Amino acid sequence: MQEPDQPAVVVKNLSKTFKIPIDKSNGIKQSIVRFAKRKKGYRNFNVLEDISFEINKGEFFGIVGRNGSGKSTLLKLLAGIYTPDKGLVQVNGTLTPFIELGVGFNPELTAQENVYLNGALLGFSRDEVTKIYDEIVNFAELEDFMSEKLKNFSSGMQVRLAFSIAIRAQSDILLMDEVLAVGDADFQKKCFNVFRRLKKEGRTIVLVTHDMGNVEKFCDRVLVVDKGAILAVTTPSNAAAAYARLNIDDSKPTELNGLEEQPGRWGSGGIRIKSIAIKSAKKTVSPVFNFEDELQLTIELEKQKEFEHTPFDVGLAFINQDNVTVAGPNSSNEQLSADTNTITYTLSNSPLQPGDYSVTVVVIDRETNEPFDFYDRATSFHVISDKPAQGVVAVSGLWSAK
Amino acid sequence: MKLSNIFSRRNRILLRELVVTDFKLRYQGSVLGYLWSLLKPLFLFAIMYIVFGNFLRVGDAVEHFSVYLLLGVVFWSFFTEATSQGLASIVNHGELIRKINFPKYIIVVSGSLSALINLGLNLIIIMVFILINGVKIHFSALLFPLYTIELYIFALSLAFLLSASYVKFRDVSHIWEVLLQGAFYATPILYPITLVIKQAGHTAAQILMMNPVAQIIQDARYALVTHQTVRLEDLTSNIFIQAIPFAIVLSFAIFSGLYFKKHSSYFSENV
Repeated sequence: MQEPDQPAVVVKNLSKTFKIPIDKSNGIKQSIVRFAKRKKGYRNFNVLEDISFEINKGEFFGIVGRNGSGKSTLLKLLAGIYTPDKGLVQVNGTLTPFIELGVGFNPELTAQENVYLNGALLGFSRDEVTKIYDEIVNFAELEDFMSEKLKNFSSGMQVRLAFSIAIRAQSDILLMDEVLAVGDADFQKKCFNVFRRLKKEGRTIVLVTHDMGNVEKFCDRVLVVDKGAILAVTTPSNAAAAYARLNIDDSKPTELNGLEEQPGRWGSGGIRIKSIAIKSAKKTVSPVFNFEDELQLTIELEKQKEFEHTPFDVGLAFINQDNVTVAGPNSSNEQLSADTNTITYTLSNSPLQPGDYSVTVVVIDRETNEPFDFYDRATSFHVISDKPAQGVVAVSGLWSAK
Repeated sequence: MKLSNIFSRRNRILLRELVVTDFKLRYQGSVLGYLWSLLKPLFLFAIMYIVFGNFLRVGDAVEHFSVYLLLGVVFWSFFTEATSQGLASIVNHGELIRKINFPKYIIVVSGSLSALINLGLNLIIIMVFILINGVKIHFSALLFPLYTIELYIFALSLAFLLSASYVKFRDVSHIWEVLLQGAFYATPILYPITLVIKQAGHTAAQILMMNPVAQIIQDARYALVTHQTVRLEDLTSNIFIQAIPFAIVLSFAIFSGLYFKKHSSYFSENV
């Protein structure tokens, strides 16, 4: 049982090192050879170094970080799957991890049998599963398929079933890794409702994710991990900003050199986009914008000799995380100089709502309208705001009362 | 691994589910289903009964030689099944181990329990053959379950040791396969131990009988089938030599348990 005054999870000076084998195969022969040569067969890789934080009871706690930052390792340490090398993980209360939905699912068994098996892994006896069986099936909307073998299920159906079982877990603390990345929009909505309910019930939830939208929607506090260390434990909007900054820091501005074909990029190639840099008015290079900041996009071009003086136009498309093109400005009325190699687009009083945006950049021949370089989702940025509102665009109307 | 945890409710539930699933999967898609676990040994026994009873009469000196033979084969198949399944069990459940935290020994135990269920079914069939052959049941039959338990402990210990080392060294499965092949012929299963005494001498027979599986099979035959069975205590009066097979079982049990415990925390990283 959970002690009332203690934090749900305490992590103190936690370190974890993996041994990465140098030899490709792990066999006895290699071990003997290595032993004879007194060589280590592995190198050490510090995944997490000296991490300390606490998660309060009833908190919706987010963990974000880029791929390879150590966030999944951290989650597995919290779940007790990995053993810490140094430091400690202290969990007050029962804990159920969802590193992946449907753990133990066997494709050769029927859906019904799998419910019992997965239930057992979550700590349910057969009788207990029988009691909640109908609820699980109803929630997953799979009433007609339960006697089918699981291998005949679509991946969406499997996930629905798995999630329906998972949310029955009676633990005080739930650990979830990217579970929201699956399922259609309708099912996601259901999941969100469950999250809200769990939160209301005072359960502690730890969510590991890439999706800043969800972080801002649900989390009370967020831990940002980078290169095995804690960058910040902060509010969701600050975390989203920090996360987005992380994503750009390594590659500023976005270099698009080389002729390698990217998916989503095509065109005749006479003029090519060389680089794209995004700036806000306040910071030099940052993909994170406060709602009211000015946003500046600088595109550098590379021209083949015969196209050096060819008139061209540039078109942009801002695409939000729901794949809606929010705005599509272009330069066709601007009479851009044909000789230039650098184009800048400035957006002030941005109508963009908080969230992630991708930018598609197109360079076309002004005469023929043939694309020189069509680059789908060439770059991205993130908008944050202190004043969240509904909808696709932010409008700046005035409220008044008589 | 606290002792109280071994039989905690959660672990019992999980163990049961794993055994049931394993059993279900084994006869997936076959018309006769579970019946096969009875039919398979029945057919095998019928064949051996005919072959060894009528053609390869190696054991004419021993009464009820066919039942004597069957019991040896059944015990040996259990030993093979339990250790081989145990060996691969941790690696085969790698997906599970990487995704959820639970006591790893449950996996090894569940594999051995499946083999134990099969042994039980086989023993039922052996009882049928015992009745057909008119074998006289002695009081010594009461000792039979003890030898079965000894065999189970030995097989489970080896399964713990093998499964944990298989995570690190994938050669182990091949080595074990070869060892089992060799051990099959080094164990008096198909031939009576008297044959060894006659051909290779008393000491050779003694050495063969140090093998716990040989000791168990011979003692079980003595208990259940015929008192003509030659046991280790018939070959030597030295009580210390007689204790060697038991000492081997005990030391394997302790060593394997410790080895498994030490390595199990790192299965999730290495598997």
